[in-house]
Amino acid sequence: MSEEIKELREKFSETVQNVSDTQTLEEIRIEYLGKKGSVTGLLKSMKNLSNEERKSFGQQVNVLKNEITEAIAKKAEQIKQKELEREISSVPEFDVSAPPVLDRGSYHPITLVQRECERVFRSMGFTVEDYSEIVTDYECFESLNIPKHHPARDMQDTYYLTNGQLLKSQTSAAQNAIYKKYRKALVEEGRPIKAIFPGRCFRNEATDACHENTFFQMEGVMVDKNISISNLIFFMKTMLSEVFRKDIKVRLRPGFFPFVEPGFELDISCLICGGEGCPSCKHSGWLELCPCGMIHPEVLKAGGIDPEEYTGFAFGLGMTRLAMMKYGVKDIRDLNSGNLKSLSQFTAE
Amino acid sequence: MFLSMNWISEFVDFTGLDKLALIHRFSLSTAEVENEIFMKGSDISGIVVAEIKTVEEHPESKKLHLLKVDAGGEELVDVVCGAPNVRVGMKTAFAKVGARIGEITIAPRKLAGYTSYGMCCSEAEIGISDDNSGIMEITDDIPNGTDLKEAYQIDDIVFEVDNKSLTNRPDLWGHYGIAREFSALTGRPLKPIQTVDLSQFDSLPQIDMKILDPLCQRYSCLQVDNITRNVSPVNMRVRLYYCGMRAINFLADLTNYLMLEMGQPMHAFDSRKVSSIRIRRFENPFTFKTLDGVERNIDENTLMICNGENPVAIAGIMGGLDSEIVDDTTALTLESATFDAVSIRKSTVRLSHRTDASMRYEKCLDPEMTVTAVGRFVKLMLDADPDSKVISSLTDEYAFHYPERSFDFTKAFVDRYTGIKIGNNTIVETLESLGFETTEENDVFSVKIPSWRATKDVTMKADIIEEITRIYGYDNFDVNTAESPLYPIRTAEEKTVEDRIKDLLVQKYNLHELHSYVWVYNDEYKALGIEIEGNVRLINATNPNIEIIRRSIVPTQLCQVKYNTDFSKEFGVFEIGRTADGVDPETNLCREHKKLCVTLFSKVKTTEQVYTELCNMLAVIADDIKHEKLSFAKIEASHSYQHPKNLNAIICDGKAIGEVGVVYPTIAKKIDKKASIVYAEIDVAEFAEIVSKSMVYDEPSKYPEIEVDLTFMSDRFAPIGSAIDAVNSPLVKKVSVADTYIDDSGKSITVKIVFSDKTKTLTREEVTAVTDNVIKNLESQGIALKV
Repeated sequence: MSEEIKELREKFSETVQNVSDTQTLEEIRIEYLGKKGSVTGLLKSMKNLSNEERKSFGQQVNVLKNEITEAIAKKAEQIKQKELEREISSVPEFDVSAPPVLDRGSYHPITLVQRECERVFRSMGFTVEDYSEIVTDYECFESLNIPKHHPARDMQDTYYLTNGQLLKSQTSAAQNAIYKKYRKALVEEGRPIKAIFPGRCFRNEATDACHENTFFQMEGVMVDKNISISNLIFFMKTMLSEVFRKDIKVRLRPGFFPFVEPGFELDISCLICGGEGCPSCKHSGWLELCPCGMIHPEVLKAGGIDPEEYTGFAFGLGMTRLAMMKYGVKDIRDLNSGNLKSLSQFTAE
Repeated sequence: MFLSMNWISEFVDFTGLDKLALIHRFSLSTAEVENEIFMKGSDISGIVVAEIKTVEEHPESKKLHLLKVDAGGEELVDVVCGAPNVRVGMKTAFAKVGARIGEITIAPRKLAGYTSYGMCCSEAEIGISDDNSGIMEITDDIPNGTDLKEAYQIDDIVFEVDNKSLTNRPDLWGHYGIAREFSALTGRPLKPIQTVDLSQFDSLPQIDMKILDPLCQRYSCLQVDNITRNVSPVNMRVRLYYCGMRAINFLADLTNYLMLEMGQPMHAFDSRKVSSIRIRRFENPFTFKTLDGVERNIDENTLMICNGENPVAIAGIMGGLDSEIVDDTTALTLESATFDAVSIRKSTVRLSHRTDASMRYEKCLDPEMTVTAVGRFVKLMLDADPDSKVISSLTDEYAFHYPERSFDFTKAFVDRYTGIKIGNNTIVETLESLGFETTEENDVFSVKIPSWRATKDVTMKADIIEEITRIYGYDNFDVNTAESPLYPIRTAEEKTVEDRIKDLLVQKYNLHELHSYVWVYNDEYKALGIEIEGNVRLINATNPNIEIIRRSIVPTQLCQVKYNTDFSKEFGVFEIGRTADGVDPETNLCREHKKLCVTLFSKVKTTEQVYTELCNMLAVIADDIKHEKLSFAKIEASHSYQHPKNLNAIICDGKAIGEVGVVYPTIAKKIDKKASIVYAEIDVAEFAEIVSKSMVYDEPSKYPEIEVDLTFMSDRFAPIGSAIDAVNSPLVKKVSVADTYIDDSGKSITVKIVFSDKTKTLTREEVTAVTDNVIKNLESQGIALKV
């Protein structure tokens, strides 16, 4: 009988050796260990043996059965490993050398520069205000100490509308409304007025690489009991250093604007050369950046604020110019061109 | 305006001071100086006064002459000269061997066989005028060999001030006013201007002159005779030339010189033409020929100088051709006047003719100056032409006086405005140096505004602050932060909404933000077949293509999309911009709106796909920003770009906040034949006004959800949605469209309903109860369940 066991063992080890897939292995398992399998058959044939023989034979068959079970499990593990290796080797190495597809949106550069400025001014306690683009003569001129015949009205050729309103030629047009909006909080609660108001402005002029009839400015005002020229210089220097993210030197020169007194032209040390002198600052070391000044008493009065009690400063930053400086845009018309080849390049920083 | 440091230093002593540094300080304290500063005369050296002793014709050249010249040396110098005006005894400017003119150093040079040891120079070659017609003629008695720069003020520093920075300063339109600034900046005294005392002529006859119009503030005039000098003194001509004016003749040069020196424009009439001066306006328009030969239309607002009834000059702007000084003029009448600044400005605009005189009058000149200017004129005239004579007494009518201005202010006011401490003495000295009479007692200052600053420039205390601080120097300020109390800042909802919309569209949907113009682009609209709709118009646009303010951003954006069709197969753009929608009849103010406009363009998706995409995009915006659900309702098309079938109102929180639509087919095809183009426009303010729903946390059920897919034969989701809503079952957690399918029997929609309960595992029966109800409801409407 043990001959049969021996034969079966040899036959099995020969058969299992060449198996390479799970299915054949399963067939083999059934062939040997299944209900009608060879090993089961051996056990069944034991009934004809004597008790002693049966005991010894039974033990031998069980050993065989365990061997086969173990061998099949081992084989199954091998096959799985092989299949995994086959799967991995069949997958190609992906090509990452191709240029990436940059499918993303874009912000208008003015939005980016404006947000940068808003971030800085908000951090110093300024509110961000919005104002209409179509304004009245009173808002744009009268309330800003620019009466009808004033030569300052010649300086800016304004687009007038059929109903007598106009497209605002300066963000200062919002000043009066902002004073009126916050004067109560200023007078009754002692809250200083600190506001910036970015917006689109319009000038009736021919366009070229440096001139646009539609552009962005950002006006800022601060009004409180003791706002001084010294404060103005401090705020401008601090805020511009934040906006440009480097230490900026500022310089004030007298400048004439009817809504401020004294009025200044503010220069900053050249961003390119730092003040040494280079072509971009025409070798002066300075860039003329923004008009500013102490708010004219008449302008405060028009806003319902007593100039004997309160003083304040105002400034106007050219957002369009800042954007051009920041991104190296040479033709101002690119900004309103709607050309995606230009404008899709700008992403948030 | 060009300014000569020589001229200025006639009034302030600059000895020992760095002039370039002074000009720099002037720029920081008074008015903007242009970058380029001209070092006049620095490019020439070695040029001397020389006399032509002999002149011989050149044997082979008609043009050239052979000269012997006395250049102050022991021997005469041989010179070959091509100038036409050479003659024996003439004195000229001579560049000796070794002299330098610009890049050229003069050396002995052979000209047509003869060697020239130097060069006779024209005024243009020396750079003191543009006269290149012949060599310079020196009439003054100057020893031969004298360096020309010693003889005349050729070395000078000339700088240019930006006229725009002087608009508010009538006193700075002449060198004397500028000198006052330098006096204040250097602390050196300002010398009084030298004039002739005009009272000596009081016994002479008066001129018949009357001001008949309040637009003339002051008119001063004087007659002079026997001016024989024709060419002005060299120094005067050089100054005029350096300051950008050509020398004409002595008389014209004198009036120009006066204007550049004092800022007071002057005019000279032929006395024969102005026997009775009247200053007035005319009721009826007429034409008038000015001395530049141009016929100009004069209307009832233009102030004229007349001889009796006949106009002879446009007041403050330009003289007439008929009364101009001519060759046989002997006696002339000098005008030194001031006129109403606004009137002059308006006239120059009407006539589109701006002159050096009108430019100054526009700034509100000081009427006190007219008589001083006449006195100065006579002084300069007599100095240069001693034979000339004054033949009338000063005739002066002073019709309008500016009020005298003076006010008091305290030290505390200055401290508060400046934020720094400036000493009382510094304040007084600064103001005095600028001509403000100032006294101080117990920290209270009293100032009297000088006439030249009182016409409009200095009217209040804040103006005084500027005077003190600009001379003090802004570079010298201590800078300090404000001591204002701190409060939290609030951001307007509209601003937040705008920022979030931009972020979503750019970062989630890859759209591109564009800007556009606020007006209709006539040509571009026409090209696409978009109707231009009436609205508020610009009345003074210089470009006829821009005239009407847009009602909607959509057409603008379609023009931009058309421009970008080759950018990509698929893209989306957006803008938050303004529109106007007519004028409110009650307030007469434009109804302005802030709109978000989005346009999607795709050559790879169907119009329905893109449309759905856009609707979903809007729904995400509403959900993200306001936690609100959007719905869409069909509306009638009313604009040329709208699709008659696929146009929907966008409804949020019960109100229509905008529209979403497919572009009208012919317009879409003009943009691109194959692309799907859809747009949406939302009123940003209306959307911002919606009160954001607060977020409520919905804890997920711990029990499994059951999903049921049901397919109905329906071309719209709406009835299915309503049927599900009608059951009003708390078990329905979420409804979505899983699929849509079109076959021969029509369109079918598969909806996926997710059921869940927070307290137990749902049974099939509970779910089927709901779905059966839905199916029955829809069957009753003729919508069958597809199996």
